[in-house]
Amino acid sequence: MGDLIYLKENLLIAWEGIVSNKVRALLTMLGIIIGIGAVIAIVTVGNAMADSVSESMSKLGVTNVLVALQNKNSTDIGLSFLSGSLTESDLISDDMIEKYSELFKDNIEAISLSNVGGAGQAGDGKSYANVTLLGVNEGYETANNVSMLEGRFIRENDLKSRRYVAVVSDKFVNNLFPSNPDCLGKEIKIDTSGSIQTFTIIGVYQYEPPMMATSVAASDKELRTFLYIPISTVNMITSADEGYLAITVNSKSNINMSKFSTDTRDFFNAYYTKNPKFEVSAISLDSMLSIVSDVMGTLSVAVSVIAGISLVVGGIGIMNIMLVSVTERTKEIGMRKALGARNLSIQIQFIVEAVIVSGLGGIIGALLGFGLGFIGSSLLGHPKFPSVGIIVISVLFSMLIGIFFGFYPANKAANLEPVEALRYE
Amino acid sequence: MFESGLESSEKAELNDLNYTMYMRKIVKSFYTGTPHELEILHSIDLFVKKGEFVSIVGQSGSGKSTLMNIIGGLDRPTSGKYLLEGVDMGKLNANQLSDIRNKKIGFVFQTFNLIPRSSALRNVELPMLYAGVGSAERKTKAQELLAMLGMRNRMNHLPSELSGGQKQRVAIARSLANDPAIILADEPTGALDTKTGRMVMDIFHKLHERQKKTIILITHNDTLAEETERILTIEDGHIVTEKATEKIS
Ligand SMILES: Nc1ncnc2c1ncn2[C@@H]1O[C@H](COP(=O)(O)OP(=O)(O)OP(=O)(O)O)[C@@H](O)[C@H]1O
Ligand SMILES: [Mg+2]
Repeated sequence: MGDLIYLKENLLIAWEGIVSNKVRALLTMLGIIIGIGAVIAIVTVGNAMADSVSESMSKLGVTNVLVALQNKNSTDIGLSFLSGSLTESDLISDDMIEKYSELFKDNIEAISLSNVGGAGQAGDGKSYANVTLLGVNEGYETANNVSMLEGRFIRENDLKSRRYVAVVSDKFVNNLFPSNPDCLGKEIKIDTSGSIQTFTIIGVYQYEPPMMATSVAASDKELRTFLYIPISTVNMITSADEGYLAITVNSKSNINMSKFSTDTRDFFNAYYTKNPKFEVSAISLDSMLSIVSDVMGTLSVAVSVIAGISLVVGGIGIMNIMLVSVTERTKEIGMRKALGARNLSIQIQFIVEAVIVSGLGGIIGALLGFGLGFIGSSLLGHPKFPSVGIIVISVLFSMLIGIFFGFYPANKAANLEPVEALRYE
Repeated sequence: MFESGLESSEKAELNDLNYTMYMRKIVKSFYTGTPHELEILHSIDLFVKKGEFVSIVGQSGSGKSTLMNIIGGLDRPTSGKYLLEGVDMGKLNANQLSDIRNKKIGFVFQTFNLIPRSSALRNVELPMLYAGVGSAERKTKAQELLAMLGMRNRMNHLPSELSGGQKQRVAIARSLANDPAIILADEPTGALDTKTGRMVMDIFHKLHERQKKTIILITHNDTLAEETERILTIEDGHIVTEKATEKIS
C-alpha cells in the first residue's frame, strides 16, 4: 500500500487549502485555540498559585497552629464561616490562654494575639498615611515573622500599661517623613472613625506585600499598612469584648505538630463542652496544605471540564468546516478520482487537512496558553513556563480531535461516486 | 491478471480484431428502481481498435458524455458487457477502477478540471502521485510534458493565471502523465476559440500519429470530427451511424 507515501503531498495540499482561506482556517481553529490555551494557562497559573501558597505558608511558619472558634458540627474552617451571635463568654479568654501556655510551655515558643482596631489614617498633623490599626501582643512578632528595621516591637509592659505606642512600617515612614526618616520617638495622631489618639513611634518594621496579590497593588502613596499597637490599648479604645476569636500559637520546632494540634484543640474544647454553639479548631500548616490542595483539585477538575467542552465545540467546528470543504470541492474530488485516486487517498487527504487545522490550532493555543500562563504567574509573583510535556500532549491531543472529527467528512469525500462528483456544479 | 469473463466465441472475436474496447448491449438508466426510471443509453455496441482515433457526435443530451463516462470507468453501465483491453470492467471494485483510470486512461474535459490551488506542474504530477511515482521522477516527467506542450514558461502558474488554451494544454499534459494507451476527450475544444481549438486538435493528431494513442473525442464541431478516422453519431442513446472517413487509408 503506497497510500501513505502521499502524506507529504497531502500535507502540501492541506497547506495550500489553509493558506488560500486563512480567515476561515483561523475561525475553525478558534475552539481548539481557546480550549488548549485555557488549559495550559490555567495549569501554569495554578502551579504558580500552589507555589505562592506554600511559600506564604512557610513564611507564616511551619510551626504555627491557628486556634480559632468555629460553629459546632460545621465542616467549614475559618473565621469567615462563623455564624450566630457571639457573646463575651464564647470567646477565647486570657485566662484560658494563660493556663494553656503554662501547661504546654515546653512546646510553645510564642502565642500571638491580634485584634483589628479599624482602618484609618495616621499623621503628624500635616500629612497622613493609610493604616490599619492592629492590636497585637509580644508573641505576634515571632509568629508572624515581623522583621524589625529600627527600634523595638510591642512588649509585655506596653500591654500591661496599655501604652500609646506604635510600631509602623517603613512604607509608612517613607510616606509621612520622606525628608527625615529618623522617626523614633515622634508622635503621630491616628484617626479611626472619629476618635483621634496620639501615639509614640517605638519601632519600624519592614513591609511585606500580602500573601497573595489578589488586588492590583495601590501606589505606594495610597498603600495601607499595619500599624501595630498594644492589643490592650486597642481593646480599650474600641471598648471591645475581652477575649479572642482566634489566636496563633508558634510552637517550638522539632515537636510533633499533629499531636500538638490535637492536644491544643482538646485543651481548648474542654472549655466548650457545654457551649451550645461554638467549639475550637486547631489547624496547623499540614492541614492547611491539604485544604489548599483540595481547592486546587476542584479547580483543575472545573478547568478540565471547561476545556473539554471547548475542545469538543472546536472539534465540531472542524467537522462542520470539513463538511463544507468537501461539498465545495466535490468537483475536485471527482477529478482526483478520475485521475486514479483511490478512496483511501482521498480519505487521508481530508483527515490530514483536519489534523493540520486542529494541530495548528493546538500549537497556537499552546503559545497563547504559554504567554497567558507566564503573564498570570508573573502577576502572582512566581513567573512560570508550562512544561514541555503538557504542550506536546495538548498539541497531540488536538491532532487527535482532528482525526476524530475529520473522519466523517473524509469518509464522505472518499465515498463520492466519481461521475456524480464530476457533474457537481 | 483479471479474469476476462468472455464466452469463447467472443474471446476469439476479441483476439482476431485486437479491440481495445469491447462493448456489448450497454444500457445506462438513471433512477433505476423508481417510477421515474430513465434509460439514456439503449443497448449500445461499440468496438474500438488499438490506435484508433474515433469521434462521437450528436445532439446535446443524446448521451455522449454518459457513454464516455462508462468507457472511462468513471461510471458503471446498468447492464451489458464492457471489456477494456480484455479486462471485464463489470467485475472490478472501485479501487481497481481507480487503478485502471490511473494507468490506462487519460481524461480531457471541456472545463479543464484543473485543481485550482495547485500549480500547472503539480496538476500534471497528480496522476503520477496516485501511481506511486517518486517525487523527483514526477517532477522531471511533468516538466517534460509541459515543455512538449509549449508550457515551459507557465509551469509554476496557478490555473487561474492561465488562458483557456493554456489550461487545456496543462490538462492534456496531465492526461499523458502515466503514458496511458487511451485518451478520452469530452469536447476538449468546446470552451476554446477556433484558433486555440485548432492547436488542441493538432496535439491530438500528433499523439495519435506519433505515440499511437487510442483517442475518443466527443465534439460538436463537424470539421474536427471529419479529421478523425471514424465518426459515431449518437441519437437518443442509440449509435445511429458509423462513418469511416477517408482518413483511413
Ligand atoms: N446523473 C444523472 N442523472 C439523471 N440524468 C442524467 C444524469 N446524467 C445524465 N443524465 C441525462 O442523460 C442525458 C444524456 O446526458 P449526457 O450528458 O450524456 O448528454 P451529452 O450528449 O453529453 O450532451 P452535451 O452535448 O450537452 O454534453 C441527459 O438527458 C441528461 O439529463
Ligand atoms: Mg456532454
